[in-house]
Amino acid sequence: MNILALDSSGAVASVAISCDGRIRGEYSINHKLTHSETLMPMVNELIRRTEYETDKTSVIAVAAGPGSFTGLRIGAAAAKGMAFALGCDIVPVPTLEGLCYQLTEYPGLICPLMDARRAQVYSGVYRFESGKLKTVFAGEALALEEQLGRLKELDSDVMFLGDGVDVHMEAIKEHMGDHCLMAPEHRRYQNAACVAKRAEEMLAEGVAAVKAEDFAPEYLRRSQAERERDERIAAEKA
Amino acid sequence: MSDIKILAIESSCDETAASVVVNGRDMLSNVISSQIDIHTLYGGVVPEIASRKHTERINRVVDKALKDAGLALKDVDAVAVTYGPGLVGALLVGVSFAKGLAFAAGKPLIGVHHIEGHICANFIQFKELEPPFPCLIVSGGHTTLARVKDYGEYEILGRSCDDSAGEAFDKVARAIGLGYPGGPKIDALSNEGDPEAIPFPRAKVDGSDYDFSFSGLKSAVLNYLNSCNLKNEEVNTADVAASFQKAVVDVLVEHSMLALEKGGEKRFAIAGGVAANRHLRAAFEAACAERGVEFFCPAPVLCTDNAAMIGAAAYFEYIKGVRHGLDLNAVPALRLGERM
Repeated sequence: MNILALDSSGAVASVAISCDGRIRGEYSINHKLTHSETLMPMVNELIRRTEYETDKTSVIAVAAGPGSFTGLRIGAAAAKGMAFALGCDIVPVPTLEGLCYQLTEYPGLICPLMDARRAQVYSGVYRFESGKLKTVFAGEALALEEQLGRLKELDSDVMFLGDGVDVHMEAIKEHMGDHCLMAPEHRRYQNAACVAKRAEEMLAEGVAAVKAEDFAPEYLRRSQAERERDERIAAEKA
Repeated sequence: MSDIKILAIESSCDETAASVVVNGRDMLSNVISSQIDIHTLYGGVVPEIASRKHTERINRVVDKALKDAGLALKDVDAVAVTYGPGLVGALLVGVSFAKGLAFAAGKPLIGVHHIEGHICANFIQFKELEPPFPCLIVSGGHTTLARVKDYGEYEILGRSCDDSAGEAFDKVARAIGLGYPGGPKIDALSNEGDPEAIPFPRAKVDGSDYDFSFSGLKSAVLNYLNSCNLKNEEVNTADVAASFQKAVVDVLVEHSMLALEKGGEKRFAIAGGVAANRHLRAAFEAACAERGVEFFCPAPVLCTDNAAMIGAAAYFEYIKGVRHGLDLNAVPALRLGERM
């Protein structure tokens, strides 16, 4: 099983190659948001350096959302183009689940937080049980306070990670007190090796890969125009 | 030299399109997936929705373009894609997809300027047409008068300083209750109106014989509607549509004919979505005939945003040896003739 994995959902651009369960190479850059210029050259460089035979790719795994709308589409469209040419399927890996794979050995609750602007975060709550990722609260766009409120009721240590940690560090500490743990900086952000690992696990669990033509990101949020139109229609009805 | 087959992709606005073009002149397929029904709900193109729809549809559109052409991906010589100008999010879908495709298939990649594509639609429609000639490009986002000096070589003569002709059509259509998209609706309604009924202004731009300005005209229409409203006079919307359209067309024709006179060419072409406007075509046909100039205008399906035109433009880049790297980015404000 050969997996080419991509994550361009946030500030980090990351690509990885996994061959038969072993990460053959991983390449991440956390410097400027120029994914459209950097992602494909990174793929090219990694493939060349690892002597990877691109046409032996079994599936392409890609961070499918949530995340920056544009960032998600840069990864999604690149994956769809490569999958078209290679005739392979795509494994859409939820970004928040991919993030959790930075902390597979941590036994407690894991809360990835991604800044979603508009006073919200993209977040879910997970834990690893016997090496398997279990969902406690599914990923969604919600107010930070709402997520922290739910976590407080669980009265348990929580490990936070994701770029939302950088933005909301003080609020998280204040809310969670002694129950608050932060992933170290070098394991806090999206990483394509984690995406590849999550994809392997998903396939092992029986989650089917999707046809390249059917794959689209899971934004977890509609466009502003759609939201405003629905609000207008609702207001007119009322 | 054997035939050069280019698979081209276009996603700069609200059409997801793909095509296979041979030697820049013969279109083997031309697939266009329009999103107009969705954007009509919002009274104009919503960039985020356009980007999402492109992402959903692009594989099927490209697949159909290859199937319609009776080719497999391995049979094409290069992959071409629009990289500007346009909506950045929409462009990025096509550019990212094309890079992934070209890389994994081991094909050369060629980035194409959207407006150059529109001009090159004429090369598909008219096999004998060759540069040099002046060309007017009128579309929803662009109004540009350019001299096509050679294949892939352009000189901008004039551009709109404010609204494009297409934007002016959309805004006036909205004001007289026709809705989006304005161009075809005004074109149809003008048939029933008197183009001389209302003397709307023909704007000149200081210091330029060729630049256009349509925002003053748009304001004049809005003022006219307002004053009718205040005086409780009934508005004849067909007269407004016909008079407004005539004012736009008059300016476009006048500047274009001046360019012909100065350049001395005996050929003139138009291109872009608004070039499908019947009154505009008729006016240019008449003006060119009067001067003994041959007039070229692509069929409506090649005027609207499409990928065949991108495949045509890409061919003339391909034979010059132009290739883009995997770092090709979308350039939303790319200028005509500019190369990245």
